[in-house]
Amino acid sequence: MKRGLFLPIVSFLGFVFLYIPIVSLVIFSFNKSKLVTVWGGWSTKWYGELLNDPQILGAAWISLKIGVVSASLATVLGTIAAMVLTRFGKVRGRGLLTGMVTAPLVMPEVITGLSLLLLFVAMEAAFGWPAGRGMVTIIIAHTTFCMAYVAVVVQSRLVDMDDAIEEAASDLGAQPMRVFFDITLPMIAPALISGWLLSFTLSLDDLVIASFVSGPGASTLPMVIFSKVRLGVTPEINALATLIVVVVAIGISISWFFMRKKVKT
Amino acid sequence: MTTLQASSPWRKTAALLARFGLTGRMLVIAVPMLWLLVFFLVPFLVVLKISVADPMIARPPYSPLFVDGSIQATIGNYAYMWEDSLYINAYWSSIKIAFFSTVLALLIGYPMSYYIARSPEPKRSLLLLLIVLPFWTSFLLRVYAWIGILKTKGVLNMLLMKFGLINEPLIIMQTDVAVYIGIVYTYLPFMILPLYANLVKLDDALLEASADLGAGPISTFFRITIPLSLPGIVAGSMLVFIPAIGEFVIPALLGGPDTLMIGKILWTEFFANRDWPVASAVAIAMLLLLVIPIMLLRMAQTKGAET
Repeated sequence: MKRGLFLPIVSFLGFVFLYIPIVSLVIFSFNKSKLVTVWGGWSTKWYGELLNDPQILGAAWISLKIGVVSASLATVLGTIAAMVLTRFGKVRGRGLLTGMVTAPLVMPEVITGLSLLLLFVAMEAAFGWPAGRGMVTIIIAHTTFCMAYVAVVVQSRLVDMDDAIEEAASDLGAQPMRVFFDITLPMIAPALISGWLLSFTLSLDDLVIASFVSGPGASTLPMVIFSKVRLGVTPEINALATLIVVVVAIGISISWFFMRKKVKT
Repeated sequence: MTTLQASSPWRKTAALLARFGLTGRMLVIAVPMLWLLVFFLVPFLVVLKISVADPMIARPPYSPLFVDGSIQATIGNYAYMWEDSLYINAYWSSIKIAFFSTVLALLIGYPMSYYIARSPEPKRSLLLLLIVLPFWTSFLLRVYAWIGILKTKGVLNMLLMKFGLINEPLIIMQTDVAVYIGIVYTYLPFMILPLYANLVKLDDALLEASADLGAGPISTFFRITIPLSLPGIVAGSMLVFIPAIGEFVIPALLGGPDTLMIGKILWTEFFANRDWPVASAVAIAMLLLLVIPIMLLRMAQTKGAET
């Protein structure tokens, strides 16, 4: 049977397929020539241009701010939702909450974006808030879809976790809030961190929803990238992509290192 | 005295709330519940409402639902979608592209998941990490990278011509082929992860028993492995199919002007034509299309959790 060779070859090709675009982005970010595919020698000039582009830097700053605030809000709300779904037993509205927590995960972005924008417009007409659209509306939108991801991550951690310690604490007279902050929270902390990082990444990466709910003066990094990329390939964007790849690779390596250490001890 | 007071702030708050007939539990539940009701559920009702409104040159650009106490609703937007072949074609084309992308992702993803699931431990975690890693880098930039590879003077054509495999550059950019490549590339990890989670639990004893009873490897594969991994296949396929249906970025960047997909149509209706009611009707039509796949996904996920 040739199956012994078939699987490794297909898998290898699959991995090549997954990594070719990233490798090509990195290589051509060092290309001297503006024509992305004509090799003009090594150069780092596109990195220089990137760091002197006020439009990209401004958008990156806006995106970072939105990412930090929405990831933090999403972590708080998603953790509460996960607690309700795993530790509160049969409460009224549990089915509705389960549905609303999982649905944003599979909802096409165009629908989420459009529906939130229409809501914001209707709210503004009815109560005068939110006045116009910008960072606040993007943060609300990102928090909503990120909290679903946090809830899923934290929920799976809570399900795996032994609740005997929590029970022991409350048997010993600790109030529910104290049990949560002193016992549960430290134990689910790794899930909160991965939930936060996942939300931050998703927020930083979102083009479609942000485009719908954004307003003048609040162009996020993906929105600026998209408007540049639509006009064709620009080496500056390759440089930006390479920086993102490097940051992600360092981050993953660090977490990989710590996780290995943890397993060993 | 002070320590005693400080030690029971929760108790005090609880007592205060109880006076209004509220328990701490109710408040905790209310926080995520209210957020999702206001920012997830209500928006759909707003979309539904605007999909039966008339477009108007006004701010906001649609007619109100209640005029002098009577309801003003129209099915005009839906009728318009039904009559204009553009929308029907986009609908079918989205289903076709999403379906074939899903099949391709399954054909590539299944052997990969199987290979990873059967690999010994340190290698298995590393391969799994390599699957997840691209997910953490920008999706938009990874799709953009394909432009440089697929365009007429791109990396792929350059390499193929250099090695004399083709004489004329292949026209891939701005065709449906580029959209297929983009979708399979983007959503392949979504196919592999649930498949892997399922295949890693596959009991070797069952495969050995099948072989002992005289079944060949191919027969074992189709009669034991495939049926047992069905929840993984369904979950992975739906995780590719559902987002592919509503995809906007991939057809916008890699597809051509005649690549029709409903996500792109919705975007154009909203941003270019500023027709909010029709965009809303398109959104509702897309949601209806996704009801069955979402139900299949939930079934596969509950089944996968049981086994």
